[in-house]
Amino acid sequence: MKKLFIEIGLIARFTGRFFTELFKPRFEFNEFLRQCFYIGNKSLPLVAITAFIMGLVITIQSRPTLVEFGAEAWLPKMVSVSLVREIAPVITALICAGKIGSGIGAELGSMKVTEQIDAMDVSGTNPYKFLVVTRVMGTTLMIPLLAVLADTVSLYGGYLGANIRGVVSWDLYWNQVFDTLVYGDVMPSIIKTFFFGFAIGIIGCYKGFNSNKGTEGVGQSANSAVVISSLLVFIIDLIAVQITDIFNLN
Amino acid sequence: MKDQKGHIATQDPETVISIRNLYKAFGDNKVLNGFNFDLKKGENVVVLGKSGSGKSVLIKCIIGLIQPDKGTINVLGDNVPDLNTTQLDEMRVKVGFLFQSNALYDSMTVRENLEFPLRRHWIHTSKEEVNELVMEVLRNVGLPHTVDMMPSELSGGMRKRIALARTLILKPEIILYDEPTTGLDPITGKEISNLMVDMQKKYNISSIIISHDLNCVKITANRVVMLIDGTCYATGTYEELERATDSKVKQFFE
Ligand SMILES: Nc1ncnc2c1ncn2[C@@H]1O[C@H](COP(=O)(O)OP(=O)(O)OP(=O)(O)O)[C@@H](O)[C@H]1O
Ligand SMILES: [Mg+2]
Repeated sequence: MKKLFIEIGLIARFTGRFFTELFKPRFEFNEFLRQCFYIGNKSLPLVAITAFIMGLVITIQSRPTLVEFGAEAWLPKMVSVSLVREIAPVITALICAGKIGSGIGAELGSMKVTEQIDAMDVSGTNPYKFLVVTRVMGTTLMIPLLAVLADTVSLYGGYLGANIRGVVSWDLYWNQVFDTLVYGDVMPSIIKTFFFGFAIGIIGCYKGFNSNKGTEGVGQSANSAVVISSLLVFIIDLIAVQITDIFNLN
Repeated sequence: MKDQKGHIATQDPETVISIRNLYKAFGDNKVLNGFNFDLKKGENVVVLGKSGSGKSVLIKCIIGLIQPDKGTINVLGDNVPDLNTTQLDEMRVKVGFLFQSNALYDSMTVRENLEFPLRRHWIHTSKEEVNELVMEVLRNVGLPHTVDMMPSELSGGMRKRIALARTLILKPEIILYDEPTTGLDPITGKEISNLMVDMQKKYNISSIIISHDLNCVKITANRVVMLIDGTCYATGTYEELERATDSKVKQFFE
């Protein structure tokens, strides 16, 4: 228990350092772009496929219930709200926690144990700025973009799902979707993905930077980066839903 | 401050590194306990010590990667613990460091690895000059054909050479070697040791070499320092220490 609080304190300090380093001069723009490309490129196919399948499955499974109430026409409405508000952003974040979070944890962990981080320091480079700031900024910006993509693709999956047994024309489906989705659905769900991205980046970097010596240390860093950042995604999601509820945004 | 001033006044111009009363502990683990040491210009000093005796900690203090608890480390006229980031970077152009685990960047090619310190220290040179420098150091270590390879494609000995090339590319006045031959076979180890001596003569480099490898010590050392119990326990030439009667010193030469 005591260990948990110490860990939380250390993560908070690491995060604090992120903000002080962020505003120091010489932003590593090239490395930042490289990271953005890498993050997007690495998880785009997986996010797209998963989002598509989720859209399809949720629609197919919601259908019988709505038919029972004779509310089949509501299918696009209901499905689009749950996809955009909850499923697409959370699925995106979890996939990225698995793929990007573990990647960052393992990469920085092995750089740490093979002294590459010290070597950067000696070569006139602040490793915290070069490695941590660029990666955290990368995840913070790219995960919202991936989530928007996931929204779109999952709604497309929903369209197909709605057409497997019933018939909903392309125009009718999208009209219904855009009629239902209001600012209060879309904005909070996008805003929370920035926090998902930030948490995934920070935890991956923290775990990598504090990796223990040896190869098992690197594996452990990658592993606990995934566990902690996935957990944080759900905690942030819980906080986000409370906030939107209080401000009555939906 | 007073200590530091007095120190500079008495410093011999031929001394490039001078360490006085260096202390460093990690929690209860007292690693350095009042270490004293001088390095003269053009000299190769080997630091011998058991595994875990604090040799790496010592040279990491010199390059400013670890902040000591107490003591002065005078490198080319500046006290390292007092330097700010910019001054540290200036010092690190003149003092090279060869890491125990090579520390080549896995995600970069050999060329990018070698260019990294040049670019990051803002040494403004044209593309052709950078390329020329890269090829020059690669020829020096005998591996010009590896320029576009990734570190993962190289053997252990080749990586050590590339790491040495990356240290040499800034033309440092001083090089700190952390176990340059550990993990290599005796023949490759000898080659690396000879390469170190060649480079030292060619560019007039002073160096501190950490090693357990007696072959390497024999080839490279002008003087040997024994790091025992966190202090400079004994110093002398290889032959002098080999004949020493002190039991702690003797252990190393059996
Ligand atoms: N960053 C650190 N935090 C805590 N303890 C450390 C740290 N670095 C080194 N130590 C401790 O300091 C002691 C000396 O370590 P050091 O790496 O200098 O040994 P060494 O003489 O280089 O050994 P080797 O020959 O195995 O490389 C060890 O007991 C080690 O556990
Ligand atoms: Mg060591």
